[in-house]
Amino acid sequence: MTVESTAARKTTRRSSGTKRTASASASAKKATASQSAEPELVQLLTPEGQRVQHPEYDIDLNSEELRGLYRDMVLSRRFDAEATALQRQGELGLWASLLGQEAAQIGSGRALRDDDYVFPTYREHAVAWCRGVDPTNLLGMFRGVNHGGWDPNSNNFHLYTIVLGSQTLHATGYAMGVAKDGADSAVIAYFGDGASSQGDVNEAFVFAAVYNAPVVFFCQNNQWAISEPIEKQTRVPLYQRARGFGFPGVRVDGNDVLACLAVTRSALERARRGEGPTLIEAYTYRMAAHTTSDDPTRYRRDAEREEWEAKDPILRLKTYLENEGHADAAFFEELEAESETLGKHVREVVRAMPVPEHMAIFDNVYADGHALVDEERAQFAAYQASFEGGEAE
Amino acid sequence: MAVQKLPLAKALNESLRKALETDPKVLVMGLDVGKLGGVFRITDGLQKDFGEDRVIDTPLAESGIVGTAIGLALRGYRPVVEIQFDGFVFPAYDQIVSQLAKMRARSLGTVKMPIVIRIPYGGGIGAVEHHSESPESLFAHVAGLKVVTPANPSDAYWMLQQAIQSDDPVVFFEPKRRYWDKGEVDVEAIPGELHKARVAREGTDLTLLAYGPMVKTCLEAAAAAAEEGKSIEVVDLRSISPLDFDTIQASVEKTRRLVVVHEAPVFFGSGAEIAARITERCFYHLEAPVLRVGGYHAPYPPARLEEEYLPGLDRVLDAVDRSLAF
Ligand SMILES: Cc1ncc(C[n+]2csc(CCOP(=O)(O)OP(=O)(O)O)c2C)c(N)n1
Repeated sequence: MTVESTAARKTTRRSSGTKRTASASASAKKATASQSAEPELVQLLTPEGQRVQHPEYDIDLNSEELRGLYRDMVLSRRFDAEATALQRQGELGLWASLLGQEAAQIGSGRALRDDDYVFPTYREHAVAWCRGVDPTNLLGMFRGVNHGGWDPNSNNFHLYTIVLGSQTLHATGYAMGVAKDGADSAVIAYFGDGASSQGDVNEAFVFAAVYNAPVVFFCQNNQWAISEPIEKQTRVPLYQRARGFGFPGVRVDGNDVLACLAVTRSALERARRGEGPTLIEAYTYRMAAHTTSDDPTRYRRDAEREEWEAKDPILRLKTYLENEGHADAAFFEELEAESETLGKHVREVVRAMPVPEHMAIFDNVYADGHALVDEERAQFAAYQASFEGGEAE
Repeated sequence: MAVQKLPLAKALNESLRKALETDPKVLVMGLDVGKLGGVFRITDGLQKDFGEDRVIDTPLAESGIVGTAIGLALRGYRPVVEIQFDGFVFPAYDQIVSQLAKMRARSLGTVKMPIVIRIPYGGGIGAVEHHSESPESLFAHVAGLKVVTPANPSDAYWMLQQAIQSDDPVVFFEPKRRYWDKGEVDVEAIPGELHKARVAREGTDLTLLAYGPMVKTCLEAAAAAAEEGKSIEVVDLRSISPLDFDTIQASVEKTRRLVVVHEAPVFFGSGAEIAARITERCFYHLEAPVLRVGGYHAPYPPARLEEEYLPGLDRVLDAVDRSLAF
């Protein structure tokens, strides 16, 4: 394959303008084909709910722990569904659903220790759940009442970051600080397959490798960056990139919560031991639209979603729990009731979320205060007061 | 039919279509511009008709998009690049400011950089962070770049044609909250020059100067002021760099009062430049200092506060009153 495409490139170099375009896209098509030769995927639980062994990443969990992971996934899916519904009802301006990515997030999130630090993108609702962040805190930004609105240090869960890839550098710098302090915490940065193309992400890889930073790069390859498929970002499986930067990369079945937990735990331990960064590519699928503003029917096939539904992360764990007797009917019933309560709570809190005071525009612009902000705040207050007094009429 | 009634977004789409048809060297590049037709559908249907070699879905990397566009331009292409939202241009800012803007001067004028960077900008659509900013001054400050912004569908159509034909790099700001506003587009008209301002409404008491999304707001303010017997002239700047000071000066010499309105923060904004120059040019004509209405020196607020942050009818009329009171 490689030889062929190199040959194709050589001919195009000598050919005319029009031919060049045609052969260039032909060689691009070949590259796509070579990528689809699927690489090894770490898996501990098959889509059918069968437990399988892996020589490097095995894991031993008791029934309670298994039920815990299941509960986390069910509740985060419920939270997500509630948020989607709230967006439809006009309570949220936008929502980025995590549907389908529960295992990747719960598996990696449950691998973390309290003193570890998380740098999310904007879809890591289930990781936030693992960190003990009140899920309703995540909704302020999507409702348009704040730009984040939680203290990142109270749960070691950084604010959501919308400019793609930026946070991977923050995570790396934070990890450099952890190492300087001689602490044995680790840092994890979440980002998507699309974001992997950003310069910042590649610079983060360089810094992390050079400074041997205790950071885990957790890429959720959900196959799409809005309308652009993974082939528009890379010609090699993403985890293989790590090698070129000088650290290991591993691809894990992102719909297998056990494998995600095992692989992330191992990478975090490696970081704690001072052995540097790891790139984890969680191979998964974005089942919903990119956000509630997106229309995936314009760019992807329904059949694709159906193929991935067969690999649903929640269903496979349920099958396993039932078949192996780790959970009984009462557990599932209780969980259903708990889901209902969570949904109701989320609805109530969101509807009651106050619109901030007008003057909040000027809050926290500077730590030290600033004459211009003070002046504009005073003008703004006077202007607002002119309405309240009815003088403006 | 030469004259059509189109929403601004559709006018841009027609303009890109025309450019792709007319010149085989024109390329459209960006995130999601292909099958999706862009998140605002400005490139809708273009990939279907012109193919993936001319309407190019790029990797998710803005520095890469602009950097490779520079290379394509060096090779004789005319890339029209889409940046998905205002707040996402900054990963490409280095390429635009350090490379694109300076290429012509560095090559002693031998190299052309016919690149258009389209950026939907401004607020008012209830979006999350980084989706509502007005960074035009950051580009206007850089020598070597042209910075323009249409306010209506006709200008959207024609100014984009002209930007694509220009051998200079043009940062083309699109007022995203006006995408759905309809207006007449005469595709056979002879358009005005790209850098010329336009008197959008004649008046004698005061000039409101605006561009992009604020032109509509100012026209509404002028109409409201007319009910109170005030005759307000509205000038649509169209081009921020270069600035058409002659048109502004002529208007100010007539009305003797100027209020500049933009969404971007007032501090170090384009209004500051205009106020300073017009004060130099028209000092003896002015009856009042040039006033500015715009955003505050604070990050663009969350959506539920944006109505307070954005200059609306009341804030514009308030400035009109203050100017007239001098
Ligand atoms: C620098 C930057 N450019 C563009 C965007 C607009 N945008 C938001 S999400 C997105 C796709 C992201 O895809 P991916 O990284 O795969 O993450 P996913 O949303 O699939 O989880 C784009 C293009 C952005 N947020 N930041």
